[in-house]
This record gives sequence, structure tokens and C-alpha cells, in this order.
Amino acid sequence: MSVALMYAVTGLGLFCLGFYALIVQAHLLRKILALNIMGSGVFLLLTALARRAPGGLPDPVPQAMVITGIVVAVAATALALVLMRRLVETTGQPRLPGPDSE
Amino acid sequence: MTPAVTPVGLRFGVGLLLLALFVALAWVVLGLPPDSAGLRPAVMEQMAASGVEHPVTAVLLNFRGYDTLLELVVLLVAGLGIWSLARAVPPTTEAPGMMLDYLPRRLVPLMVLMAGYLLWRGASGPGGAFQAGAVLGAAGVLLLLAGWRLPAHWQGWPLRLLLVSGVAVFAGVGLAVIPWSGLLLAYPLSTAGALILAIEAVATLSIGATLVALFLGGEPEDSP
Repeated sequence: MSVALMYAVTGLGLFCLGFYALIVQAHLLRKILALNIMGSGVFLLLTALARRAPGGLPDPVPQAMVITGIVVAVAATALALVLMRRLVETTGQPRLPGPDSE
Repeated sequence: MTPAVTPVGLRFGVGLLLLALFVALAWVVLGLPPDSAGLRPAVMEQMAASGVEHPVTAVLLNFRGYDTLLELVVLLVAGLGIWSLARAVPPTTEAPGMMLDYLPRRLVPLMVLMAGYLLWRGASGPGGAFQAGAVLGAAGVLLLLAGWRLPAHWQGWPLRLLLVSGVAVFAGVGLAVIPWSGLLLAYPLSTAGALILAIEAVATLSIGATLVALFLGGEPEDSP
């Protein structure tokens, strides 16, 4: 297994760990963190796969996508945090309402 | 409300399913050819037509300019969403500690210099608007943490103009080149380098300002 593919598999591992926390954790802050970890996993996967090129010169297209993706992920996280703060102000709970709360 | 703790059985089931997902995805990734140049040959072939020397910048601002423009729009929309949802967290009245008082005074000028360097460097090496904007945004966040606030007369339309300028200039240049090249965002070769630098310079300021606006957590309290 080449170093690039090892990083790619690490990215997959981060993605699956984040996915687990996203499903299992009820607290919205933990869900937001989980989404960020999933995103980091995808970025690692993309840059690692870009690195497979012979001669050590990486593929610039995934790199460009990751650069913009990181900034967009920060913006989405900020929006999610403000939405969460509003939910806590409105319901007093940092969790989503369940089907039994009607 | 959903229960605070997921039952152990469910956790185990979810864990098992995700382990299966991981194994399946890893099998696919490990089955990929170990060396693949991807789109690099296609990019290098067109580099001469891009107006810059660094392939990542060429992809970002020229070959996939449409994508980058829409990503700036996403940034702006996230900022709009936050400003329409909440008012800004009021600045702390506590005096910053010695470290927080001293450090930004030394670091922020260096960070502004760094952002300028990254922006300029983007034409020929790793760097560019997004990296420079992130450094500028971090400098702004550091200033906010130290208790600094934008003067009130700057918080009205000058700040809003700065937030919109990235998208406005990028889209404006994209539209303005249509008479020459016949295509949206297709810069004529003779001016491509200068146009890309201009777009990147404005986008850097705009990205930095938007990141700081996001960090405010809402619309500034005393803006008109």
C-alpha cells in the first residue's frame, strides 16, 4: 500500500467515525463536530488521491476543490452554530424534537 | 425530545453497519490504480492559456472559475443567513488579559503582511485568495477576541459593500469579458493574469471580512 493510499484510507476512517457520531450523538453541537470530522475525512481522501500521480506532482483539480471546500465548511459550521443557538433559545434544549414530542 | 443517550443495542448496530461501509469504501480505494495523474495532464496542456503559472490557481480562477464564483456565493449566503438569524454577540466589557492584549498588537500586522504575500505568491506557487482570506479572517477574529470592534460608521454600508465585493467583482469581470471571448468567465489571454490578480485581491478582502462577520454570530448591534 502506497503512502497516498494509506492517507486515503485514514480519510475514510475519519469519515466513518464522524458518521457514527452524527447518528449516535443527540446533542447538536456534537453532531456539528461530527459533520466537520466527516468533512475533514473527505478533504484528506481527495488530497491523498490527488497525490497518486507519478513523479510526485499532484493533480491540481482536487486540491483546488479542497481549498474552496475548507472555507465553505467553515461558513456552513458557523451557520449551523447560529441555528443551534436559536434552537436553544427557543426550546431550551440543544437537541432536535423527536417523533414523540408532538 | 430525542433521548440524550442512544441505546447500546442501536449503537452496536450502527457501528457494525458503518464498519461494513468502511471496509467496502476501503476496498474500492485500495483497488484504485496506485499511480494516476488524474486531470493533471489536461491542466498542464492548457496552462499557457491560463495567465498564471501555478496549476491550482489556474484551476481555481480560470478553468473552474464558475465553481469558485459559486463558492464565494455560498460564503456570502451563509453570512446573510447568520445576520438574519441573530444579533451579534455583544463585545465583552472585561479587559483582555495581558497575553490577549499584547499578542494581537504584534501578530495582526504580521498576519496582514502574510496575507498579502500569500495573495501575490498565488500566481506562481501555493497560495491565493482563499488562503490569504483565511489568514486575514483569523487576524480579524483575534482582534474581536481582544475586544476590538469596527467603528460604528464602518458597520453600515462600507462593511456590507466589502462582504458583497468578492462576488460582485468576480461576476462583474466574468460578464465584462463576454464581448472579447464570447463566453462567461473566459478571460482573454493578454489580460488574464491581471484580471485574476484583481479578482483575487478583492476576493481576499471579501473572504476575510466574511469570515469575521460569521464570527460575530449575527448582525452588529449598532449598525443602522
